[in-house]
Formats: sequence, C-alpha cells, structure tokens
Amino acid sequence: MKILVCISHVPDTTSKINFTEDDTKFDTNGVQFVINPNDEFGLTRAMWFKEKQGASVDVVTVGGKDTEPTIRKALAIGADTAIRVDTEALEGFQVAKELAKVAKDGGYDLIIAGRESIDYNGGMVPGMLAKLIDANFINTCVSLEVDGDKATAVREIDGGKETLTSSLPLVIGGQKGLVEESDLKIPNMRGIMMARKKPLNVVEPVGANSQASTKKFEKPAPKGDIKMVDADNIDELIDLLHNEAKAI
Amino acid sequence: MSILVYTETENGQLKKSAFEVASYAKAVADQLGEKAVAVTINAESTNELANYGIDKVLEVKNDKLAKFSADAYAETLKNAAKQEGSKVVVLSQSANAKYLAPLLAVDLEAGYASNVTELPQTDGGFTVKRTAFTNKAFNQTSIDTDVKIIGLSNNAFGLKENKSELEKIEFEAQVSDENFGINVESIDKNTDKVSIADAEIVVSGGRGLKGPENWGMIEELAEVLGAATACSKPVSDMGWRPHAEHVGQTGKPVASNLYIAIGISGAIQHLAGVSASKTKVVINNDDEAPFFKAADYGIVGDAFEVVPKLIEKLKEFKANNA
Ligand SMILES: Cc1cc2nc3c(=O)[nH]c(=O)nc-3n(C[C@H](O)[C@H](O)[C@H](O)COP(=O)(O)OP(=O)(O)OC[C@H]3O[C@@H](n4cnc5c(N)ncnc54)[C@H](O)[C@@H]3O)c2cc1C
Ligand SMILES: Nc1ncnc2c1ncn2[C@@H]1O[C@H](COP(=O)(O)O)[C@@H](O)[C@H]1O
Repeated sequence: MKILVCISHVPDTTSKINFTEDDTKFDTNGVQFVINPNDEFGLTRAMWFKEKQGASVDVVTVGGKDTEPTIRKALAIGADTAIRVDTEALEGFQVAKELAKVAKDGGYDLIIAGRESIDYNGGMVPGMLAKLIDANFINTCVSLEVDGDKATAVREIDGGKETLTSSLPLVIGGQKGLVEESDLKIPNMRGIMMARKKPLNVVEPVGANSQASTKKFEKPAPKGDIKMVDADNIDELIDLLHNEAKAI
Repeated sequence: MSILVYTETENGQLKKSAFEVASYAKAVADQLGEKAVAVTINAESTNELANYGIDKVLEVKNDKLAKFSADAYAETLKNAAKQEGSKVVVLSQSANAKYLAPLLAVDLEAGYASNVTELPQTDGGFTVKRTAFTNKAFNQTSIDTDVKIIGLSNNAFGLKENKSELEKIEFEAQVSDENFGINVESIDKNTDKVSIADAEIVVSGGRGLKGPENWGMIEELAEVLGAATACSKPVSDMGWRPHAEHVGQTGKPVASNLYIAIGISGAIQHLAGVSASKTKVVINNDDEAPFFKAADYGIVGDAFEVVPKLIEKLKEFKANNA
C-alpha cells in the first residue's frame, strides 16, 4: 500500500497569536511550529499500517523552506520520503490543487490528511483534494482499517458515529481516534539521525491560483470583566443568566 | 440569480441551524437585491421556511438520499445552484455540511470560506469575517471567484424572523451511482441527547471532578437545561468520558449560547475551542484558575457543593417559568 500523509505546518497550540504589517501577516516571531495535531494522529496511523500491514509512507507539505523542520520531524517519526511543494500556502483551494499534482504523480492508495488545520481552520483541503483527483473522501475520520483494496472507517457525526466502507484510492480528513494520544511518538535520537539521510524532495509548484485571500487579521475584542457570584447565592447566577445574558 | 441556502433536516424535520442559515441567506439576498432560495432533502414540511424570509424552496425527495452522502448531497446542491444561477451558497457548519462543502466548492469552482461569523461586505468586493487560529483571531477573507460558498458558524447570526411568500418546487437531485462511492454500513446515533454541535447550552466537566463516577451531577445539570455534555481533553484521554465529548482546540469546537465549565482550569488549548460561545460560566474552587479571565460569570467553590445546589435552583426556576 502506498500512503501519502499531508502535513500542515502550524503554530504550536500554546502560541500567542499576533500580526504584523498592518495586521495583514501572521507574526511568526518567537512562534514554535509543529505538525498540525490532526495530521500527527494520521501520520501515526500510517506508521501502524507500515509496521503491521506493510506500506510505504510519504509525507507532503506545501510551503516555503521554513516548513522543512516540520516535515523532517515526520521523517524522524518514521515516514520514508518527504516532499515539499515549494510555494507559500495561501489558501485551501490553491493548496489542494498543488497537492493534487503530487497525489496523481505518486499513485497513492491512501491519502491521510487532517480534519482541519489549527491555524486557519479551513477544513477545506482534504475534500477538495479528493474531488480534484476523483478519489473517495471520508471526513472527521476516527478509525481506519484497510483490507486489500477496501477501507472501513468510522466517521464522527453530530451526536454519534457512522461506519463507512470505501474502495481505494481514498482520502481521509482524520483526527484523534485514528490512534490514541498515548500512541503518539516523540522522535528518538536514532529516528532523528535516520531522518537526515532520508530524501526530502523539493518539487516545483504547478502555480495554482487562489480563490480567496486574506485582507486583514483582527484580534477578538477584549473581554469585559467577569461577574463573580457567591457560591451561597446561586439565585443571583440564575437571575443573571436569565435576565442579563438571556441564556436560559 | 439568487442566494442558495442548504437547509438541513434531521429525521425529516428542519433543524434549528437551518433557520439560522435561512435567516442569513435572506439578509445576504436583501443586501444584493436577490431572492433567497432554499434546498431541502427529504423534508416532511418546509412551511416554516416562510418565517425566515425564504422566497422559494427546492424540495428534493429521493430515497437514495435517505442516508447522508457527502458526494451525492454536493451533487444535488451543485445542480440546484446551476439551475438557480446562484452566486452565493450558504451552508451551516454541521459535521455533514463541513463534509460536503469542499466537494461542492470544486464542483462549482467556487471559493469557500468556513467559520464565517458576520454578513459579507459587498461594496466593491466580497469579504467575509471568519474565525482563525481556533478563535484566537479573526480573518477578513476576500472571496474572489464568481460563485462563493459561505459556511456560517453555528449561533453566530441567530434567527431573524421575516415573513415571506414561500414558493415550493419539486427538484430532481440528478444523482447517479457514481456519487455513492462510499457505503454507509451503520449509524450509531444517540437520539435522546442533544449533540454538542446542535446544543444551545453545553455543560462541560474537567479533571476537577476527580473521576467518572462523579458525572451523574453533570448529566443531571445538562438534563435540566436541555444541554449537551462535554469534557476537557484529559478527561477523555483517561477514559472517564467518551472521546466524542472532548472539546477544545484539538477536540470538538463549541459555539453555544451558554457554556458552563466545571472543574476546568482554562488552558489555552481548551479556551481556544470553546471561546466562540456567547456566555461562559466557570465553577472552580481555585480563584486563580485562568478560566476566570475568559468567562462572563464565575463562582469560586467546590463543584460537589455548587452543582447540586445549581441543579435544585434551576429546577425551581424551570418550574416557575414553564
Ligand atoms: C497539543 C495539545 C492540544 C490540547 N488540546 C486540548 C483540547 O482540545 N481541549 C482541552 O480541554 N485541553 C487540551 N489540551 C490540554 C490542556 O493543555 C490542559 O491540560 C487541559 O485542558 C486541562 O484539563 P482540565 O482543566 O480538565 O484539568 P486541570 O488543568 O487539571 O484543571 C482542573 C481544574 O479543576 C479545579 N478543581 C479541582 N477540584 C475542584 C473542585 N472540587 N471543584 C471545582 N473545581 C475543582 C482545579 O482548580 C483546576 O482548575 C491540549 C494540550 C496540548 C499540549
Ligand atoms: N500547506 C499544506 N501542505 C500540506 N497539507 C496541508 C496543507 N494545508 C492543509 N493541509 C492538509 O489539509 C488538512 C486540513 O487543512 P485545512 O483545510 O487547511 O484546515 C490538514 O490537516 C493537512 O492534512
């Protein structure tokens, strides 16, 4: 089985979010970048397929040279080859079109992406990619098995779960549940050393155009002061929730 | 030309979020001087759409669409948008809508903006405000294509009543076997509880509750309020609660009207995922818990004392306000 894992390079979850250039650019100063958490679950599931069922695992990112440490980390975790499409990721559709070229060229059976990136939270790329390469698509995937050319997946729906089957090639938007938190691996020294020798192929972009563009970022309005209610005065809380917040 | 809106149903009934996206579509239609056209799939009745300003509804009745299929539903919406010459398509942010939206975007060669929180600015271009960085910021996004798809965040716009003359038209989905590459084998849905996505109120518990055996009062509080239950990440990691209840940056997003956090410290990753909620209440025995900085109302106290009292008082309140 040939697996491709799509990795987006995102600010660590604890990052303070700031902007520069008149609030048009994300301020990367002092920000630690990581593999998007949803992609890390997917990558770890891909490693499971590799160990248990035999598979090759390529990882791909669309981004500038600054994203290389992030995909190197994926190599250190155990991916075989990394591909970087050498262009800035501007928007979901553009990224999906760039990934579609890599996906077609590689002839993958399974493409694992994340439910959403935690930076722009688009939730766009995996579905668009699937449609562009005419593959099946399963979103919010929390469990995935492959047997021959048939995949069985569990998808999270509002208020429950759905079990689905699909032929390959398949693209998934994955998340926690594909593997558990405790299954995630911190790369060890050997992995890091080996990653240095693994191929990181930089490929030219197809130059896909964008369909949307960021004009400006804004921070949320500062929060008003909290109203504290005494633990012995629950009636006051109920009154506030009813009459002031109109929430009950 | 028109504004197309996909109004979702659940067991044949229009969902509350359907009326919210309908309200939004009507406002966009007014802004652009167009008609608001809804699409429903296997809805028993569409009459209520006339309360939210919808001019026309395309009613799809098709047994093949009895179970949700992202591809087939996207195909149906594409055909509707083409027939109606729609320049803007409005969707909710339910799990199903998020699933089909990117497929529809490719089909319609449309720019898609998800998690939109306000009406578009349409003087000159077409710019929408959406959340980014898991609610830590907003992003003004210009959609530059001819056809635009908007995914409206739940509870961001609210319901706006608006009486209209509703024209009902039967619409053929025009789906083929090709749209069913994925088979739904089984659905396991908790039908007697509200889901986090649909809930107006969410009651959430953290590690401060000490163990799974103490969730009885959380369930009871949720029941009194008609709320969904949720939890912090460590709580689901330790198996005290199902994964589906994990909310936050790496769990489910919450955008409810009221979020009640009990025994949750308010770590940045937790806050990021729940801060889109309108009103936040914190119950924590540590007056320095970071959540107090992000909440609207707070009680410093032991959850095991405060929550039972709150349940009792709410029952009285509900009885008096019924
Ligand atoms: C990559 C990454 C992603 C993450 N994503 C998420 C996410 O999506 N969602 C999430 O929730 N977390 C997430 N986390 C974890 C997050 O950093 C916190 O560890 C977590 O939110 C803490 O959960 P908690 O508040 O339940 O527990 P704690 O931080 O242990 O807080 C427990 C609270 O309960 C209070 N308490 C104790 N006893 C009582 C009592 N009797 N009555 C009232 N209050 C009491 C304490 O004062 C304390 O404030 C993530 C972390 C990382 C590194
Ligand atoms: N620049 C990128 N390079 C590679 N994969 C990406 C990129 N951006 C997004 N993805 C993939 O698409 C998923 C969803 O991202 P998004 O649509 O941006 O929310 C991510 O979890 C990744 O798997």
